[in-house]
Formats: sequence, structure tokens, C-alpha cells
Amino acid sequence: MYVAVKGGEAAILATHDLLAERRRGDPAIPELSVAQIREQMGLAVARVMNEGSLFDPDLASLALKQAQGDAIEAAFLLRAFRTTLPRFGASVPLDTAAMHIERRISATYKDLPGGQILGPTYDYTHRLFDFALMANGSRPKPAAEAATRLDTHMPRVPDILGTEGLMEPEVPPPGDPKPADLTREPVAFPVDRDLRLQSMARGDEGFLLGLGYSVQRGFGGNHPFAGEIRMGAVAVEFVPEELGFAVDLGDITLTECQMINQFGGSKDIDPQFTRGYGLAFGHAERKAMSMALVDRALKARELGEAATYPAQQEEFVLYHSDNVEAAGFVEHLKLPHYVDFQGELELIRKIKAERVATAAAAAGTHKEAVE
Amino acid sequence: MTIAQPASSFDADDTAPLLRATDVSRFYGDRVGCAGVTFDLWPGEVLGVVGESGSGKSTLLRCLAGLDPPTGGRIVFEVPAGPVDIYSLSEQDRRRLMRTAWGIVHQNPRDGLRMDITAGGNVGERLMDRGDRHYGRIRAAASDWLGRVEIDPARIDDRPRDFSGGMQQRLQIARVLVSEPRLVFMDEPTGGLDVSVQAKLLDLLRVLVRDLGLAAVIVTHDLAVARLLTDRLMVMKDGAVIESGLTDQVLDDPQAAYTQLLTSAVLTV
Amino acid sequence: MSFAGSTSSEVDYNYAYLDEQTKRMIRRALLKAIAIPGYQVPFGSREMPLARGWGTGGIQITAAIIGPTDTLKVIDQGADDTTNAVSIRRFFERTAQVATTEVTSDATIIQTRHRIPEEPLTARHILVYQVPQPEPLRKLEPSERETRNMHAWAEYGLMHVRLYESIARFGQVTTTYDYPVHVNGRHVMAPSPIPKFDNPKMHNADALQLFGAGREKRIYAIPPHTTVKSLDFDDHPFTVQTWDKPCGLCGATDSYLDEVIIDDAGGNLFVCSDSHHCETRRASGHRGTMLGEAVGAKLAGDTAQGGRST
Repeated sequence: MYVAVKGGEAAILATHDLLAERRRGDPAIPELSVAQIREQMGLAVARVMNEGSLFDPDLASLALKQAQGDAIEAAFLLRAFRTTLPRFGASVPLDTAAMHIERRISATYKDLPGGQILGPTYDYTHRLFDFALMANGSRPKPAAEAATRLDTHMPRVPDILGTEGLMEPEVPPPGDPKPADLTREPVAFPVDRDLRLQSMARGDEGFLLGLGYSVQRGFGGNHPFAGEIRMGAVAVEFVPEELGFAVDLGDITLTECQMINQFGGSKDIDPQFTRGYGLAFGHAERKAMSMALVDRALKARELGEAATYPAQQEEFVLYHSDNVEAAGFVEHLKLPHYVDFQGELELIRKIKAERVATAAAAAGTHKEAVE
Repeated sequence: MTIAQPASSFDADDTAPLLRATDVSRFYGDRVGCAGVTFDLWPGEVLGVVGESGSGKSTLLRCLAGLDPPTGGRIVFEVPAGPVDIYSLSEQDRRRLMRTAWGIVHQNPRDGLRMDITAGGNVGERLMDRGDRHYGRIRAAASDWLGRVEIDPARIDDRPRDFSGGMQQRLQIARVLVSEPRLVFMDEPTGGLDVSVQAKLLDLLRVLVRDLGLAAVIVTHDLAVARLLTDRLMVMKDGAVIESGLTDQVLDDPQAAYTQLLTSAVLTV
Repeated sequence: MSFAGSTSSEVDYNYAYLDEQTKRMIRRALLKAIAIPGYQVPFGSREMPLARGWGTGGIQITAAIIGPTDTLKVIDQGADDTTNAVSIRRFFERTAQVATTEVTSDATIIQTRHRIPEEPLTARHILVYQVPQPEPLRKLEPSERETRNMHAWAEYGLMHVRLYESIARFGQVTTTYDYPVHVNGRHVMAPSPIPKFDNPKMHNADALQLFGAGREKRIYAIPPHTTVKSLDFDDHPFTVQTWDKPCGLCGATDSYLDEVIIDDAGGNLFVCSDSHHCETRRASGHRGTMLGEAVGAKLAGDTAQGGRST
């Protein structure tokens, strides 16, 4: 009852202790190491890095450990840390054409320069339990080396179409302005594509998946082809002011998806293929594909299409895709609201009393009339 | 191309046109919406704009009503302080003018009404917009206007979605007229209604326009509507005005070949 | 990542958590907000170590204006000892080494959620409100582009349509909290979910009032001595809540009361929502009718204990 909503510092501190205990679980079971999470929970780590907006597999693994595997809570931890980091500059634009390919597939061409590289994927597995994993200690047999080395030249599929003039070109906006940073500046609508992509890159995978799916089912009217999905390491380069040339800071693993969509053309634009773009940290194909679908849907305004469906409406997508913000606001309903509630309570009582009184008065008048 | 009006229909200060359109054009890229439209509209005058769909009449209406700036030309509206070019005004001033000096009746009531607000709230909104802050008087005005458009005032607290199509359209008219505008734009006001409902609405419009001394611009593809409501008519084709004059004159003795085609294709009222 | 392995994480953070550049950015937004009373200034709201919707807007404002000589009071629902108030107070004790208090008159900064203290605030106070939804027009118009136009053009008729609808249906305005106000004769503003009981305290106040919405990334303000008018009709003037009974603990008849359920049969007791106000009155000898009862004594004990915990 009442005392329960009265916090008190002691009670709050006690919840911290209980949480630590619950997080650890049965102390007789060996504790997970951050390195184990990083190495064996790579896809979860990738999701946390994406939604936490920071490429740091160690911290993302720590976040997962601290958050008992809750991806959104872990992303929150990573973000609250990221926001305190100094910004010393922006990297040179990443060249995903020069990616060190681990996986690269195209659904639009049977074969293409560089070939289809299947890589590590669940796509061709049967979802049957591997009960051997119940017992620790098994070692997977090493994957066989391919007889030939991968081509060093792996052109991106939209670039191939681009040489024919069939693909909407990717050109920077006039003046090639610095991309906006939604973590530092407030967003003003309508927004350009830099902010849309940035927002989706940190957006909730499940939310974007649902929106992307809605586009496919007709709530957005696009007809996408998976032009290319590629995953692998890309070098991050930075130009320090005092040096004036690019320095390699190291590699990060990225997943890139380029969707190809038909476009009938409009009064200003010729019929051509248009693209939807998705990019994610780590191996995160579902995220990159969903993002690419929604990116294309959000181009409705530029392409003169009617923005009828949620996935085409940038305010809807951008305001609601951030799961850390969404979770905070949904969960704030747990905070006490008894002052507001008291207002509602009084009002309902008052209206009810007035209606009863009105009804009674009417009944009285009626009675008088009868008498 | 002003047309002499009997002096008796004017008040003393009605010596200037209410709306003066000069060479109004609207292009969409290379496509012509409307081009080179010029006319004067006098206080109390009802102008019809007819033509088939795609002839540019709705584009013209949107330009005139302040919804869509023309690519070229001027639209000058007479306010108490004198004539103003409505697109030289700030957007704020133009919107204020749109909410007070004139009104728009849309073809689809959904575009002109708030469907989840009661009939009284819909009619009262323009009064509240202009700063009326007396609930009782706002409600009385709303109730009065519901009566004038033949909606039972007892339905003042019902929402438009519970009304028939004809009632929705009449509610839209009440919502526009409550602030006593001098000019009303109507885009196919009877479109989408049954014939019998149309007739009733036309009758109501005719009475209201006459009693209030309203000026109106009515866009329609329906020549019967034009004949019943308008004093003067402009016939549009491919974005341009190809013929204009007194309504009866244009309909009974069309000069342009296209107008002859239009009038022969239809109706007698 | 220097602090990843550290046991005492706060030592690695800047004073009051935010870096100085961010504080300057927030102060610039605050100055703009004060210059245009009631106007929502967009700001680069940072991600905070507390959840969105849990006061991150108010926390960022407090962090941007607080200094070592300040005294901070934090209330939630009027009380100093509700969970989130405790959590935010602890946050500033840790990151800003600032003195905290529950005594309204001792505070220089009061961060609040959902209440304005009963004790009149003075020129020495800055009141920082936590705001979940800064846009008073949002319930009528979901699009931000459109609501910004409505503010720019001062097109507020729709707000009165909402009041009209409420009176038409219920005979009275049914908004009881977050009741919209017209500030300085220009901007319509959401006062945050304070009960409408508190609205009159905003008008011509001596204290500076700052509003922070972290998730929605907006800051707005009411400078001292600014007109704040609750929207109403001439013939349906704005009124505040009243209660039939005084506070059960301190006998106050002029404060906002919370209802406490005391048994399973609907028995209830009304007590001041402003816990410090109630304690102060009891300390100076005011006694409510329930103070002698077991439940009253227990409640009074709880709040008094809360009063000692800092």
C-alpha cells in the first residue's frame, strides 16, 4: 500500500543488491566472461553495438553481461557511455567497395564479377537443435579452405547498374554539407537522408523489421530486390589535422545491404531503378535489409510518391524507431502518477455526482408533475 | 471583362472589385495547371468555373483561395484597408485572411470538417480562431447556423461521422459561413451526393448566397449547378479560359466550339 | 574507457556529469527560451545515464545551471522521498557534490515532477520542471511540422475547440493536469503534468521557471513576473480543484491533497501532496484529525523519516 510508493534511499540501494544477485544467478555455475560473450554471442553483440551506436565489441559484451542479456538495456548502457566521449573528428567516408569480403550475395544476378560468397550464415541451415551443444567442449571442425582465392575486385551491384545509367545515382546534396549528427543537434522536420539513415542505423531492429515487412506486404508499395548484401571488414581512416593525410585506425566489421526498387518515373525523373540502403555494425543482415527497405520507403517525398503508409512517414519512423527513448517513455509509466491520477479521480467523482443530482432533480420534478 | 451589375445590388462602398485576378498561371514543371486567367469578381457576384476534369479549374481555385501560390500573375483581394496582393502577404496574414475574409467548401466534407469534433465545435472553430471566448455565445451562434443549414440544432453535440453525406456538406457550409466571410470558394460542392440531395443543397446554397450577399467562386463540371447558382461563367479548357460571360448567355448561346460541345452534351435544368 | 575497470565510476565524469560544451549549449537554449517566454527551443538533448521519460530534460537543465554553492531540492509528485526524486538527488550529490535539502526556502534550485511547492517561491529560486510532452497541441495534431506552424502563426483556435468539446460533453473542462496556459500573451504552453491546482502559481511568479523535455529535445521557460493565463471561456472561467476535507495530518485547507486508501473497504484519508509543507505545518503545531489514529501516525512517521534521510 502507501508505504510501497515511498521510496527511501535504503530501499533503492537494496534493489541494487538484489539486482546484482539476480544478474549473477546461481554462484555454483561458472561466471560468464566478457570475452566469452564477445566470441560466442557475436550477433547479440552486433545488435547492441548498432542500437548503442558505438563500435566496441568489448563494451557491448560488458553491457550484455551487466544487463543480463537484455539488448535494449545493454544498448542504453552503451549510449550513456558514448554520449560522454569527446568528438575529435569524423573518419574518411568508408569504402565498402574495398571491403574484405566474408559474405557477399546478390539476388538479382546469377553470377557477377567476384561471384557469390556465401560465408557464415544460418540461411541454409535447418532449424533443428544441435543437442551436442548441450555438452560443452565440442570443437567445430575447421571449415575447408576454398581452392581459389577470392577476387580482390568485388564491385557493388548498384555500381554495376549505375554504369548503364539504370540506377538512381548517389550524389551528395548541393555543396556536399557535413552530415548532421542527431546525437548533438535537435532534428527539425522535414529531414534529409543523412539524418534518416543515421536514425535508422541506431533504430530498433524489431521496429525496422516490422516496418520493412509492412512495405513488402503493400503498406508502402515498393517492389524490392536484394541487389546485394555484403559483410566483412572495412578499414576506418582518419585525417589528423596536423598530418594532412589519412591514417588507418583499424578495421570494423560491417554489413551492407543495397535494395533495388522499380520506379516508374515522374514528371521530373526518368524511369529507373531506385535504391534503399542499409548499413550495420557487425554481422546484422536482418537489420541492414530492414533499414534498406525503410530507407527506400522514406524517399517518397523526394520521388513525388504519396506518403500514405507509416514506413513512408519520416516523423513516424524517426520518432519511434529509437528503442532507448521508447523504452524510457513506456517504462516511465511505472513512476508514481498519483497527483495527476488524483485530479482525474476527483473529476470523475464530481461528474458522476452531478449527473446523479441532475437525474434526482429531474425525477423530483416529474413526481411533482404527477402529483 | 467586368459585367455591368444593377446598382441596386451594391452597397455604397462596393465600388471596387472584391477579387481581381490578373494573368494567373500555375505550372507544374512543364505541365500547365492554368495559364493567363484574368477576371474581376464584384461583391455579391457568383462566378462559375466550368470545364472537364483536368481543365485547370481546381488548380485555379487553389491559387485564388490562397492554398497554392501561382507561378505567375497577381491575385488582389479587397480588404477594408484597400486592395492587397494575397501572395505578397506573410503566410500568417494570408492564413488569417483565409480564415476570416473568405471560406472554402471542399468537395469531400472530410477535407473541410473535423470528423471527431462535434457539429457545434466544427461550426464554432472559426469564431474561436478569431478570438471569441464566450462559450454560450459561440454555442448559440453554432446552433443558429445549424438551423440555417437545415440541421436539427438538437444534433449540435453529435459528430459529423454520424451525419449523412448531405448533412456533412451542409455542416461544412455552416462552418465556413459562421464567420460571415465576404467570399466563398466552392469546389464541386454537390459532387458525390445523390440527385435529390443535390437539389436540396443547391436550393439552400442559392438562398444563402442571396440572403447574405455573398460573393462566390464555384468550380463545377455540372452545368446544371452553374446555371442555378452563378451569375457569370468562365469555361476552361487545357488551363485557359476559352469563353466567359453571363451564365445564361454562355449556356444558351455558346460561342466557342468546345462550349457548344459541353452544353450539347448535357441537360436542361 | 578509462573507467570501465574503475570501481568508483563518477571520478571520471565532468562536474555535474555533462561536459562543459554541452552545458554551454544548454545555457544558450535557456537564454533563448527566457527571451521568448513559452516558446519551445529545440536543443541537442544528450543521452543520459537515466532513462528517457524519467526526468532527463530536467536533469540536463539542472546540470547546466548548478554550481557548488547551490542547494538542490528534488520533488516528484510533491514529495522529496519518492523513488525517482531520491534517485535524481543522489545523482547530483554524486556528480556535483552539491548540498541537498528538503526545505523549500533553503533551496536555490528545485527540480520537480508534477508539482509546484505550496510555499511561495522567491527570486532566489529556480524551478526546473521535468516535461514528458512539451507540445500542448500534440493531442490535436500529431505532426511536429504542423504544430510548429501553428505556434509560429499563433493559431490557437483549436485549443479552445478542445475546451469547447469538453464543456459540451461534460459541462466542464475535463483537463485536470497539464492544463494548457497562454504565456506572455503569445505562446500556448504545456505546464507539464502539474495539477491545474498549481497553474495560478506560475502567473507573475518571482522565481525563474525552466522546463526541460529530454526525449522530445525541447527547452522552454517562464521568466519571473510573466503573465501565465490558463485557457478558458469568459462564461466558464478556469477554476482549481478544492477538497471537502482538510489534510488529515496537518489540517491544511489550502494545499493539494493526495488520497490514501487505508483499508479494503474504500476507506480513505487525504494528505498534503507536498510532504515538506505538511511536515513544516505539523512542526509548528498544526494537527489534522487523523494524526491521532494509527494510520495517520504511521504516515506522519514515514514522511518525517524521509525528512531526516538527507
